[in-house]
Amino acid sequence: MTRVTRRYRFAASHRLNSCSLSEQKNRELYGKCNNPYGHGHDYLLEVSVAGPLDAVSGQVVNVLTLDRLVTENVLQDFDHRYFNADVPEFSGSRVPTSENILRVIEDRLRAKWREAFPRDWPRLESIRLQETKRNRFELRTN
Amino acid sequence: MLITRRAEFSASHVCGQSSLTPPQNHELYGAAANPNGHGHNYVLEVTLEGDPDPVTGMIFDLKTLKEIIQKNVVEPMDHRFLNYEVQPFDKLVPTAENVAAEIWKRLEPHLMGGHARLKNVRLFETEDLYVDYTGEQAGASQ
Repeated sequence: MTRVTRRYRFAASHRLNSCSLSEQKNRELYGKCNNPYGHGHDYLLEVSVAGPLDAVSGQVVNVLTLDRLVTENVLQDFDHRYFNADVPEFSGSRVPTSENILRVIEDRLRAKWREAFPRDWPRLESIRLQETKRNRFELRTN
Repeated sequence: MLITRRAEFSASHVCGQSSLTPPQNHELYGAAANPNGHGHNYVLEVTLEGDPDPVTGMIFDLKTLKEIIQKNVVEPMDHRFLNYEVQPFDKLVPTAENVAAEIWKRLEPHLMGGHARLKNVRLFETEDLYVDYTGEQAGASQ
């Protein structure tokens, strides 16, 4: 089993604010991430896939296909956008924390995975999102 | 406990199958199929697993590990054109997946027995693309 990891970057802004909490509670919970007009990050996204090595192509995954999948379904919609206003999954009560962004990324990739990779392999193994150099979130998807 | 040693080498390669036409190879491998090849600064991370020796306090002598990597990987591959100068890439497509597996094959015999065993070979082809190989018998990594 071989695992291939690809890194992608996008710049986006967000504001952490839960509509089920009071203004005061939001301020206490999210601190400066609750500032009213939002703020931005250069996000670093890592997508790991795993599978057997194809003896003919020498590949576990066609990286061009993976790039297209991630670009069309994630990067194009997230890059240089404000999550709260521009990404439909966050237009309701869902707060654009990195944890929730990872779940949205997983849903978006899974929705188109079979189309991109019609065989059993490769499988999506994990996705990691680095918001700043000091924090990184990982969602294991295998 | 895990220990990881990092090494670097620069090499060129071209990805293509002799049974495919140039347009087919280009569709599969993209720019990596350009016929005269291109290069990368590969970064290799070799991870060993084991318990520290009670006397030396070491899992494995990192100096020895450095020499093993140098002799078996860096010296034969550094500043070489993998397809023309490093076997088995005269026959096998030198994708990052295949190069990582070949490195495992070259290192493992030198790391048998003793306190440590080879746990993972991570090969960065670029900063944004890396492969983890855990050996043929291993299950899904991580």
